[in-house]
Amino acid sequence: MFVEEKTGLIEEIDKLVAKYGNTRSSLLPILHEIQKKYRYISDFAQQEIAKRLKIHPVEVYSVISFYSFLNSEPKGRNLVRICKSIVCDMKGKDAIVKALERELGIKIGETTPDKKITLEYLNCMGLCDHAPAMAINDRVYTDLTPEKAVELVNNIK
Amino acid sequence: MESGKTKRSGTVIFSAYERGAAIKKALSLSRNDILFELKNSGLKGRGGAGFPTATKWMLTAAAVSDKKYLICNADEGEPGTFKDRVLLIEYPELVFDAMVVGGYTIGADEGIVYLRGEYEYLIDSLNDYLEEMRKDNLLGENILGKNGFNFDIKIFLGEGAYVCGEETALIESLEGQRGEARNRPPYPVNTGYLGKPTCVNNVETLATISHIIVKGSEWYKQFGSDKSKGTKLFSISGDCERPGVYELEWGTKISEVLELVGAKDAKAVQVGGASGICLNSSQFDRTLAYEDIPTGGSIIIFNKSRNMLKVLKNFMEFFVEESCGQCTPCRIGNVKLLEGIKMIEENKFTFKQINKLKELAETMKIASKCGLGQSSPNPFLSILENFKDEIFNHSGGGSYA
Ligand SMILES: Cc1cc2nc3c(=O)[nH]c(=O)nc-3n(C[C@H](O)[C@H](O)[C@H](O)COP(=O)(O)O)c2cc1C
Ligand code: SF4
Ligand code: FES
Repeated sequence: MFVEEKTGLIEEIDKLVAKYGNTRSSLLPILHEIQKKYRYISDFAQQEIAKRLKIHPVEVYSVISFYSFLNSEPKGRNLVRICKSIVCDMKGKDAIVKALERELGIKIGETTPDKKITLEYLNCMGLCDHAPAMAINDRVYTDLTPEKAVELVNNIK
Repeated sequence: MESGKTKRSGTVIFSAYERGAAIKKALSLSRNDILFELKNSGLKGRGGAGFPTATKWMLTAAAVSDKKYLICNADEGEPGTFKDRVLLIEYPELVFDAMVVGGYTIGADEGIVYLRGEYEYLIDSLNDYLEEMRKDNLLGENILGKNGFNFDIKIFLGEGAYVCGEETALIESLEGQRGEARNRPPYPVNTGYLGKPTCVNNVETLATISHIIVKGSEWYKQFGSDKSKGTKLFSISGDCERPGVYELEWGTKISEVLELVGAKDAKAVQVGGASGICLNSSQFDRTLAYEDIPTGGSIIIFNKSRNMLKVLKNFMEFFVEESCGQCTPCRIGNVKLLEGIKMIEENKFTFKQINKLKELAETMKIASKCGLGQSSPNPFLSILENFKDEIFNHSGGGSYA
């Protein structure tokens, strides 16, 4: 990581600690915002957060590893997640996944070589009345067809 | 996604309600009056466990502490459940007003909404709504002029873990820990968030309370069946013409539900989400009620083209992923049940093995530490039992002796 990036990250963490407080209860909100901005929580970020909350970095890592929305490894700049739970499965999620895999040239779980998009599954998003559903970053899309899903993904900047 | 109000009709939850009405009414009553109304209504928790709501509020009210919390459980992670999403989008006033009423009744000054991470797209409009309430003094200090009654609400985002809907795992998560269920006792009503008395209520439970406070428990009790009072929201999806959220009286038959949503070719109905039970067509005259099939309200319909073994496999994959891994029956048990399903799929099983797995499933129900492992065997047991012909013929296995 470059020095400027580190300074930027430290400033960001200080801002978040000021916003949420330096207690353990602030850990998830802080991790959430770092995750959202950087798309992952680096070892360096984990150490800096741990220092400020006065806990061991392993504690931070342990929490990150528990929650499926938090990751310690870099991913693509955009996260495309398709629901694989029962109703979306019945309503054609396989066809959507196939179309996206073909279009992006990657398999589910992978990231495009230009690091633009990571394709993943997620569990029921509470949109089963409009299945199949998927999320692109923190927006959700419903009643999908393979064509519609491909169009949405191709529109990602 | 949808925005604004859809026209919905229902006798209780979807009936007319004026923002702030429950708060106004509650502040004119004593805490005991409120607890009496709730008790008399017979309301039970709508998050799935069905614990009497009045008892939970009484216990938290009776706990002696300088600080208490009221938590709205909006983690809604059960596959096939989406009613809380509809309430939060279309009826936030019902949910938040009841939180204020709860704060007043149990003596809490802080409310927290634990919102599942998948619903992050709702957070801005919910925060705007809370800001409106602050402007109107429905939140904040000396609410509606009631001296010394202070209450505010904040929203906390989950990070994609189903088990965090379990109330003690939820509290761990709020405290910045891994979402692993706690041993009970002590119960949250005594030792909850940050060790303080904490009342955890489901979104729908709260929404119902707002109506009960305004219109009274006698009014509420006219709906429902003998033993299950009032109405319930059902999240209905799968093979039907009109999926969605429906408010129905307790005591409604499965067959009536199928009729209502236009499910013409149903052969199976999963009640209660992935952790619920699966019924076949000979059971469609059973009723949704605490005395027959109690449920958190998810109904998934399968038509004749569906492969029930595949359905079961999808459920078990979910539990293998979502088990927090803390206790052995659940961590290992779900993996074993899934292996069994794959064995059936590949026609490499003996009935002796299947019977062993059924025993394992029964053990998991008893020996697991929290509701996840206690209920994840439900689909395994009910699907293998209610669809045994389909499953064991499909696999080419012999007769089910
Ligand atoms: C694995 C698991 C997941 C749960 N998920 C939820 C949930 O998403 N929402 C909810 O209200 N209750 C959920 N519950 C039930 C809660 O533990 C708790 O009983 C409920 O929030 C209490 O509120 P109520 O009395 O209003 O139902 C879950 C329980 C278990 C075991
Ligand atoms: S039953 Fe499952 S989810 Fe619950 S504590 Fe045990 S391992 Fe964790
Ligand atoms: S099953 Fe996909 S949103 Fe519920």
